[in-house]
Amino acid sequence: MAKRIDVSGLNAYYGSFLAIEDISMTVEPRSVTAFIGPSGCGKSTFLRTLNRMHEVTPGGRVDGKVMLDDENLYGAGIDPVAVRREVGMVFQRPNPFPTMSVYDNVAAGLRLNGKYKKSQLDDIVEKSLKGANLWNEVKDRLNKPGSGLSGGQQQRLCIARAIAVEPNVLLMDEPCSALDPISTLAIEDLIGELKEQFTIVIVTHNMQQAARVSDRTAFFNLAAVGQPGKLIEIDDTERIFSNPSVQATEDYISGRFG
Amino acid sequence: MSNATLSAKRSSLRGATLPKWFPWAVAAGSLALGYGISAAAGLDSDIQWALIAAVLFVVGSYAVSAKIEGSRQAKDRTATSLVWVAFLLAVTPLASLLWETVERGVKVLDVFFLTHSMGVVADAEPGGGIYHAMLGTLEQVGLAALISVPVGVLTAIYLVEYGRGRLAKAVTFFVDVMTGIPSIVAGLFILSLWVLILKMGPSGFAGSLALSILMIPVVVRSTEEMLKLVPNELREASLALGVPKWRTILKVVLPTSIGGIITGVMLAIARITGETAPVLLLVWGTDFINANPFQDPQESLPMYIYLQFGAGSDASHDRAWAAALTLIAFIMILNLVARGIARWKAPKTGR
Amino acid sequence: MDITTQKPAAPPAPGPAAPEDKRATRGATRPGDRIFLGFSRGSGIFVLVLMAAIAAFLTYRASLAISKDEANFFTSFEWNPTGVPPEFGIAVLAFGTIVSSIIAMAIAVPISVGIALFITHYAPRRLGGTVAYVIDLLAAVPSIVYGLWGAIVLVPHMDGLYGWLDDYLGWTGLFAWEGGPARSLLTVGILLALMILPIITNVSREVFRQVPRMHEEAALALGATRWEVIRMSVLPFGRSGVISASMLGLGRALGETMAVAMVLSPSFDISASLLDAGGGTFAQNIASKFNEATVMGQDALIASGMVLFVITLLVNGAARLIIARRKEYSGANA
Repeated sequence: MAKRIDVSGLNAYYGSFLAIEDISMTVEPRSVTAFIGPSGCGKSTFLRTLNRMHEVTPGGRVDGKVMLDDENLYGAGIDPVAVRREVGMVFQRPNPFPTMSVYDNVAAGLRLNGKYKKSQLDDIVEKSLKGANLWNEVKDRLNKPGSGLSGGQQQRLCIARAIAVEPNVLLMDEPCSALDPISTLAIEDLIGELKEQFTIVIVTHNMQQAARVSDRTAFFNLAAVGQPGKLIEIDDTERIFSNPSVQATEDYISGRFG
Repeated sequence: MSNATLSAKRSSLRGATLPKWFPWAVAAGSLALGYGISAAAGLDSDIQWALIAAVLFVVGSYAVSAKIEGSRQAKDRTATSLVWVAFLLAVTPLASLLWETVERGVKVLDVFFLTHSMGVVADAEPGGGIYHAMLGTLEQVGLAALISVPVGVLTAIYLVEYGRGRLAKAVTFFVDVMTGIPSIVAGLFILSLWVLILKMGPSGFAGSLALSILMIPVVVRSTEEMLKLVPNELREASLALGVPKWRTILKVVLPTSIGGIITGVMLAIARITGETAPVLLLVWGTDFINANPFQDPQESLPMYIYLQFGAGSDASHDRAWAAALTLIAFIMILNLVARGIARWKAPKTGR
Repeated sequence: MDITTQKPAAPPAPGPAAPEDKRATRGATRPGDRIFLGFSRGSGIFVLVLMAAIAAFLTYRASLAISKDEANFFTSFEWNPTGVPPEFGIAVLAFGTIVSSIIAMAIAVPISVGIALFITHYAPRRLGGTVAYVIDLLAAVPSIVYGLWGAIVLVPHMDGLYGWLDDYLGWTGLFAWEGGPARSLLTVGILLALMILPIITNVSREVFRQVPRMHEEAALALGATRWEVIRMSVLPFGRSGVISASMLGLGRALGETMAVAMVLSPSFDISASLLDAGGGTFAQNIASKFNEATVMGQDALIASGMVLFVITLLVNGAARLIIARRKEYSGANA
């Protein structure tokens, strides 16, 4: 299932503004890669280029290559809708469909992609909710609105919704920043389990979190406000947090700026 | 995951996608075909061939897309074409409305037309003008504004600055109800009060009263919105300086929101300027200049249009169009100026 | 600006008030405040009284007429309030009003939703903005101009469509056409649809624009096409808003007077075919009959106006209710 992502020479723009410049990196399958860096350094923008969500923003455009195994996501004839099915995404604020039940939320992606029998759907919904460590909490209220859950539960519901369509890659954009510490812990544990099956990329503002959950960490920075964000370095998490090769990374991690 | 059957079914990232120009090509094709069909079948109405073309466009793009791109994409395309068709369906008649009014209106619209009345002109003859109608409209609308603006603004101040409790709730509710009163019902009310009970004759002022009923709720609503935009800190800052509440309202709250209030009032005026039904019931109309809104029938622009239309001759229709053009121009100018003021005076709110 | 209708002894305390002045007036309300409150509360009460008066007068005069009515007020097809004995009923008017409004809604609601989606989700940004602005302005075009355009431009253009409907759907009876000018309820409905398009579009557009970005992105990230995004997140979120917008439009269509009066060729009967000239609506009937009416005739018209008033009240009330519910709903989810 999990696929490798290979980015080379990627630039992303908002209108004429260059938001991130010349990024190249490899994201290993079945691992967690964390993106850290100060606000505005373009890490979320970069994340959104990985499933072609960036171009949804008005004026957003991308050049460069993003290889998913052997297919360039920005190649000619690639259907962005199909890309997003392969590369799932979890957002900063939990966003279950407010008018749908818990069950329908999880089944939403499946229903788009074809016809399933009721029993098939039931199985996948249950498996996904179990996968998101949510099943025990919601199995008695599958038909209640998803917006009635707590914030942490909603976020796990969103994760269940994303993994229900069996993507190859799971992108997470600061998935815990709107949650309390206990829910955060639950999500972090979940990420540890999910990496057995998926390639996971997570953007986080919380360096302890990056240290806790990720195998590799990428540090992004920008020279000044109005300048494009750049990838400073990417390495094993342990190394980034103990002995980074670039001074700026060390400054950031030890709290000297940002 | 072990669900091998499911993953096997999944298509690759590379879907068959139709080129960007595809919708345009289908659109052009359907227009040509629609026109061709109606020409061949001897259909004589624009509406018909436009409808044929629209149906061809929607069905055509669905069929091609379903064949090449699959049913999900085809549905997406159908939605897109339906939305475009909806847009064109609505825009065409609306554009025609504006176009016809301008084209037919300019025919007799000149300085003479604006400065003369219909005094000695028979309905079927060319000549005459709308001076008496413009005069009447200005007076009636002006009087209506004189009544509605103070009542409306004060009511809004009451609701926003003082209103708690049951009275405020009742007022809010009835303002809502008033917003929905059909103009003919407002006219009937004043008719039964003014003409039938007080035994007064038709006059511009009676029309103004009915117009006020239509205008007050609009003024209340828009002023309310504007007053609510004034941040509470501003009020508190003034009150904390020991300024009494009523002076705070007059010197701080109103000046801050005055731009928006003026905009609202102008939009309300624009709305009642075009009202015909109450004027028809209460002002009656005349071909002569009557500058006194308190006695005897007056004319107004919308009623002039109605009466000239009803007269039924070519010359009177020309006059009706010219008056319609004048009326639209007046209302549009009011609208544009009002929007200009709104943009210029807009309180800076972070979005 | 100074309110000095009462004792000028009450200084309005300009600028920062002196400390002693402040003490003096503590506890008692300032006269200025009292007068100002009086004026603004008075205006509020005036609005209440006005509404009460409208209801009372209309009811009173309507009851005068109905008590003398020899026919059944709700079911009679007659309109002869000045006859001896007076006989009149609103059946034809109610039929015409409801049918033309239904036609208008059936056409205007889907098209308006389409245009609103066009502006918010489909059109290139600048085109969308322009269209929104133009539709805003069109909402201000007075109904008399729509009427003029409808009667002189639209009616002759309807002939082709009418012939067509007659050819292919004439067998239903609903669309049978005997020739004659297209001054029928169908044309009126189409014209009303055009008139209420702008308002429904404007309100729906606002609602669609308020759909939280994150709900749309949720659908997008699952691999939804644009239409699927709209179906999954935009329409469910905007549904109640669209309903209330439609109700506002319906309220306007029900009460529209001049455009109907100019296009319809009225008659006091109900035809099975929508294409036959004839029929009438409450508002149109009042506008075209009141002139020649005696006091009794006017009372009868007022009675019919009263019915229209009640219907619009109900429709608008329903719209407000839906809007209020929606506020609670979206507040709970914020």
